[in-house]
Amino acid sequence: MARATKIIRNFYRDSVSLMQLSSTITKLPGVEQASAIMASPNNVTLLVEAGLLAEPVEAGANDLLIALQGNAEALESALTAAESALKQPSPSSTGNEQSRGMSPRSIEMGLGNLVGANLVLISTPGEYAAAEAFKALSLGLNVMLFSDNVELKDEIALKQFAQERDLIVMGPDCGTAIINGIPLAFANVVRRGVIGVVAASGTGLQQVTCLVDRWGSGISQAIGTGGHDLHRDVGGMSMLQGLKALAADPSTSVIVLISKPPSPEVVSKVLGAASGAGKPVVVNFLGADPDRVRRENIYPAATLEDAAAAAVALGNGRIPEARRATVTSPSITPLGPQQRYIRGLYSGGTFCYEASLLLKKELGQINSNTPVEPEDRLSDVWTSRKHTVIDLGDDLFTRGRPHPMIDHRLRNERLIKEASEPEVAVILLDVVLGYGSHPDPAAEMVPAIQKARDLATKAGRHLAVIGFVCGTAADPQDLSKQEAAFREAGVILAESNAQAVRMAASVVQKASVVGGRL
Amino acid sequence: MQALFQEKLHVLNVGLSSFADSITRAGGSVLQIEWAPPAQGQQEVGRALARLVNLLSIETANQTAFDAYQSAQPVLNGVGTASQMLPNIAERMILHSGPPIAWKDMCGPMKGAIVGAILYEGWAENLTMAEAMASSGDIAFEPCHHHNAVGPMAGIISPSMPVWIVTNTTNGYQAFSNFNEGLGKALRFGANGPDVITRLKWMGQVLAPALRASVELLGGVDLKPMMAQALHMGDEVHNRNAAASSLFLKRLISALLKTRTPAADIAAVVEFIAGNDHFFLNLSMAACKAMTDAAHGVPGSSMVTAMARNGVEFGIRVSGTGSRWFTTPAPVVDGLFFPGYSAADAAPDLGDSAITETAGVGGFAMAASPAIVKFVGGTPQDAIDNTMAMTHITIGRNNAFTLPALNFAGSPAGIDIRKVVDTGIQPIINTGIAHREAGVGQIGAGITRAPLACFTQAVSALAKLVSAT
Repeated sequence: MARATKIIRNFYRDSVSLMQLSSTITKLPGVEQASAIMASPNNVTLLVEAGLLAEPVEAGANDLLIALQGNAEALESALTAAESALKQPSPSSTGNEQSRGMSPRSIEMGLGNLVGANLVLISTPGEYAAAEAFKALSLGLNVMLFSDNVELKDEIALKQFAQERDLIVMGPDCGTAIINGIPLAFANVVRRGVIGVVAASGTGLQQVTCLVDRWGSGISQAIGTGGHDLHRDVGGMSMLQGLKALAADPSTSVIVLISKPPSPEVVSKVLGAASGAGKPVVVNFLGADPDRVRRENIYPAATLEDAAAAAVALGNGRIPEARRATVTSPSITPLGPQQRYIRGLYSGGTFCYEASLLLKKELGQINSNTPVEPEDRLSDVWTSRKHTVIDLGDDLFTRGRPHPMIDHRLRNERLIKEASEPEVAVILLDVVLGYGSHPDPAAEMVPAIQKARDLATKAGRHLAVIGFVCGTAADPQDLSKQEAAFREAGVILAESNAQAVRMAASVVQKASVVGGRL
Repeated sequence: MQALFQEKLHVLNVGLSSFADSITRAGGSVLQIEWAPPAQGQQEVGRALARLVNLLSIETANQTAFDAYQSAQPVLNGVGTASQMLPNIAERMILHSGPPIAWKDMCGPMKGAIVGAILYEGWAENLTMAEAMASSGDIAFEPCHHHNAVGPMAGIISPSMPVWIVTNTTNGYQAFSNFNEGLGKALRFGANGPDVITRLKWMGQVLAPALRASVELLGGVDLKPMMAQALHMGDEVHNRNAAASSLFLKRLISALLKTRTPAADIAAVVEFIAGNDHFFLNLSMAACKAMTDAAHGVPGSSMVTAMARNGVEFGIRVSGTGSRWFTTPAPVVDGLFFPGYSAADAAPDLGDSAITETAGVGGFAMAASPAIVKFVGGTPQDAIDNTMAMTHITIGRNNAFTLPALNFAGSPAGIDIRKVVDTGIQPIINTGIAHREAGVGQIGAGITRAPLACFTQAVSALAKLVSAT
């Protein structure tokens, strides 16, 4: 039978908790007798009498004394266990009680409340966003930076910092992502599947994921990178990271990359990585020459719709066919002789840009606030000229007011204004559903559309309103309900932006032929 | 990032709460952060802070500082006089509470107390002369903290005043405090009438020698266990010291009887201590000073090692930023006032006693002291909530100071300037309230919070030091 003692100097515990501790140690294997007490002379005498101490120890009333008797091998670990039990905070103080009455005020504090936190979604004003992102990364968390107005140098610093830690920064100015099936910020509820998307364009990502869902396939991950990621100085850091992660992801069998055309050095970096991904990669660099994109493993797509179609085909084990731009010409009441122009009123920037690109091929100059060619820039964004497509989500319009996906007033006003112009033939619209968007866009837009059409009718014209709804059946707004409401209001709906744009083009082209102005 | 795909997504949402709602509706796991721009919106400080969060060098430095704080063993091992004990006190020098301040800028109670100290020292014969002397520049004024000392309220220590000597036996450093004069008209609240001076004289001539002899006989008194025990008896050892004072007296009394002190003096000493529930406060403060000083001066550490107020400014010192004070105007304490007084009569926050909160007791240990929240107009649940709130801005818990109401968890300790600025949670301080005019004395007590501006300044300073290395 061996004895062991441990003295913890100046360590006070009340007698009740020491009695509890004593009984706990006594139950440890190999321990015969145990006592933890404050080492007052009386207590020490008691222990000597009890045989737990061979002789009085050098300890005082403020010292905590642990004395054990039992099997020699067991005693050391019993002492360690006793000491650590004494020094550990009680469980109740580290659990829920800690947060009682106080919600988390910082990312670090939130980390204490949400066990396993792995991503921070940041939508603070831009001037504070970089600091929050930096903190999140320092704490080992991935970041989705919804905020805009983050400086490029901050974006570069953040992305380098993230890369060193094997974390990703989605954004800044990243409106959408779907990670592990959870839609983040402005995102649609899409089926899960084998298609992984990395997009520098928010609405581009939404269009592709919604079409994939509509055509019966699903999404593994959809990673937004923010619009500046492929800037020469950022070098596509997040897109390359996303690509790498999807390449390694066993749940992903096809990868889709979406962006405006990056600078040549970034293009070659991204395409080089894509070509080596070991999986088919569909690339939609809006407006890029497909032949310059095509290489082994890489399938160029001219439009978002094509990208979605190619991905669905590849996901189903088929080689994507070259899609013919089929146009369903809507049968509409003939237009008046003066009606020649398309006015596109977009809430999605990528949709607007894609419309510009497609229309330019068909109709020549397309004026815009975000033009494909600099010379097509509108001098006054509040006034359309000839064929005009406008991104109403541009900072010029959103300063001081909500984004047009949330608040339809600005677009409705513009709609009435365009409808009152005798030269306008077609109003082209997008409607974006999903989390973050307006809960019922049709309810907001239909009255304005009706008013616009009535106005034209009264002036003896027929106004064609052509659009598409970007959304899924599972979206909170319900795709079919929205589509039905727009159809009821006489809106001609296409399946995608590209189809809507072509339809619009065909209407004005046909009108030109009919009117004999060709 | 690929690892993320293998885990369930758990999102912290900073900003638009509708995004959190969407994630919840989509069946995801999300926690909304109640975010406000850190550092009161000062972007540069916010950025500096971001660079310091979870920075390895700071975490390591803080662990070193916190361990030194935690392992400090403050022992009362003597009673001396300021002129003999304080290494740098000069012949014509008076120490005061809080960060440095010039005579002309001082608040009423501090001026009153200084005049009283001049009279006590016999440097002047009357109030008018004493005031003239104080304003003439003949007397140097320095913070107690610059002399390893602390004093409650005005914190006045003049050369011939008795001081407690508390030694941190872990590192051998000493900390000092003056003696507590009791309630009512007292020098620390700026009162300086003849009765105040008479009592101070008695304290120097009778009380101090008796205590010195007793402490010698006791061979020192371990203060930490005594404070720990007092926490279990309903004190938070800042604004409530009833239990600690009793424990101290209990410990003292047999030794006191064994000294050669005349019986009448022993009676007076016992009566004086027994009649003053705050008697232990100054010991608590010196013990806390010894503990926080042990943590001071660790390069890179963001741990606060002093919070102190001079009635005009609130100031803090931080382990990694040397002897600098970070100051801002002192707030007026929100509290309960004695009959006839209101906040309009109150001097701004005053005293070195916030050293107790700095060391993880006082407001930080409020959960131990339901009686104190009653005193400042709250419920026992508020006391627990206040202590729990402090866990979010501290480095760790002091396992020596366990709190029964929190199932004997340690008291939150080691204020981290980064966490204060990041969360906006201000350290809670339990304190007395002095009348704004000299001589009136205490008019209430309450709870105050350390102002954020001190912490934002400190974050900037630390960030500069860290990036320079």
